[in-house]
Amino acid sequence: MSEKISKETVSHVASLAKLELTDEQLPYFTDQLGSIMGIFDSLNDVDTSNVEPTFSVTDQINVMREDVADNWGQRDALLNNAPDVSDGLIRTPTIIDESGD
Amino acid sequence: MNFETTIGLEVHVELKTNSKIFSPSPVQYGVDPNLNTNVIDWGYPGVLPSTNKGVVKSGIMAALALHAEVEKHPHFDRKNYFYPDNPKAYQITQKDTPDAHDGWIEIEVDGKKKKIGIEEMHIEEDAGKNTHGNKFSYVDLNRQGTPLIEIVSKPDIASPDEAYAYLEALRERILFTGISDVKMEEGSMRVDVNVSIRPYGQKEFGTKVELKNLNSFNYVRKGLAYEEKRQQRVIMAGGEIQQETRRFDETTGKTVLMRVKEGADDYRYFPEPDLPALDITDAWINEINDSMPEMPASRRQRYVNDFGLKDYDAMVLTQTKEMADFFDAVIKLGADPKMASNYLQVNVNAYLNDEQKDLSETEITPENLATMIKLIEDGTISSKMAKKVFKGITEGKEPKKFVEDNGMVQLSDPAQLQPIIDEVLSNNPQSVEDFHNGKDRAIGFLVGQIMKQTRGKANPQVVNKLLMASINK
Repeated sequence: MSEKISKETVSHVASLAKLELTDEQLPYFTDQLGSIMGIFDSLNDVDTSNVEPTFSVTDQINVMREDVADNWGQRDALLNNAPDVSDGLIRTPTIIDESGD
Repeated sequence: MNFETTIGLEVHVELKTNSKIFSPSPVQYGVDPNLNTNVIDWGYPGVLPSTNKGVVKSGIMAALALHAEVEKHPHFDRKNYFYPDNPKAYQITQKDTPDAHDGWIEIEVDGKKKKIGIEEMHIEEDAGKNTHGNKFSYVDLNRQGTPLIEIVSKPDIASPDEAYAYLEALRERILFTGISDVKMEEGSMRVDVNVSIRPYGQKEFGTKVELKNLNSFNYVRKGLAYEEKRQQRVIMAGGEIQQETRRFDETTGKTVLMRVKEGADDYRYFPEPDLPALDITDAWINEINDSMPEMPASRRQRYVNDFGLKDYDAMVLTQTKEMADFFDAVIKLGADPKMASNYLQVNVNAYLNDEQKDLSETEITPENLATMIKLIEDGTISSKMAKKVFKGITEGKEPKKFVEDNGMVQLSDPAQLQPIIDEVLSNNPQSVEDFHNGKDRAIGFLVGQIMKQTRGKANPQVVNKLLMASINK
């Protein structure tokens, strides 16, 4: 059995997912995630010592596209669907640069 | 206390494929915002990416150029993070099975050669581009999905000069594969730098500091040199280096604290389920290997050993693949290597600079340049005439025809030259006498007269020979 999921872990995962949990919500979701993880724990009963890791569930291999450019002409439709647009650009609230790379 | 410096470089190279890595949208620069985007690039629900074969091939080419071991069974992984230029909220990259690993390139600093190891290299997608205004930010997704190769060095680089040499060598090798323009100023090559110092003899590495905003190789060298000294000062003063990201300030040449890193990044990588795994066969690797262009270091060696060129000349000729290919083509057509080297470095380069053009954008062809050089070699035209012929070549004219059309053929036939020489001698008895009295300068005057008579067409070497024979009779 793996360790029971902690409030700290849930709060960390929530912040990675950009979710703000209230003090009431945190124990609620911790319990819920705990039971979900419990179900996945049953996987630990399976002996996988001789099993190759699965990276893909399709049995297709080497399915590749030739390097040919094709503009599908979807710009206007996509921009029409964006919440806010300015001069062909998607407009967003000011971004504070916090990207890692 | 004496310190040793450890530098690690992560280099992103943008590939110049026709289409994006996981969608068929065109890869182009400077087009209208969001023009080259489709539902896949925007990360719409239900879309399915597909792997661009050209990108996988480029990855193998880069691996071969950097002496790396190609991964036979690569798959892609998702790197999860939120940012407006990353519409899927994950980047498709390779974490578990990078495209290639354990490569090396050779550098030379102060005449000393050294191999710098390459830990791994992987292919991944680029993000879109953000611009920041006062109240809003703006996103252009044209760059989203542009293929990248990230090349991670081993911590073998021990000085700012070595870092500079590594980047030069890396850029040059990638450039000659033809998979990327590798231009820092256009963002098709980007460099992330990690640097730490430790007292000599200490086993563990010091705490790493990351440097940003290094927009040229020179800034990388300057930023590292500053950072090396700063870290030494901190430790000498009894302080500790903290894990932080610093920005290089181009105007002051200093590095400035941007942010302190708290805890490791948490990207929750997992295998990308939407893309089938790849099986890279030896046959494909061999096929690519056979079609790989010759690397610049090998060309330089050949130019010096086989053609007797100077190191410097070989260096100038291999500055771009275009120039080196052009030179090789001219030689293959039978032109003298030293003359070809000279004409490329002096006349062609001057023309390219004046016109602000690349070789491929001009009318100059290897065939025409080789023909002109051969015309000089066999004495048909003088090097003086060649200047006019070269101008003709830049206008797309065929040298032989140009020379004929302009009546430029050099007079080398003694039977035609001798009567002119005899005439000049008999018209200038004073100069002949001066010559016999030891005034060598008289010869110059006589040659000048002969040139005048032939309107500059006489072959100077032949004239000299005939003149000396006649005057000494």
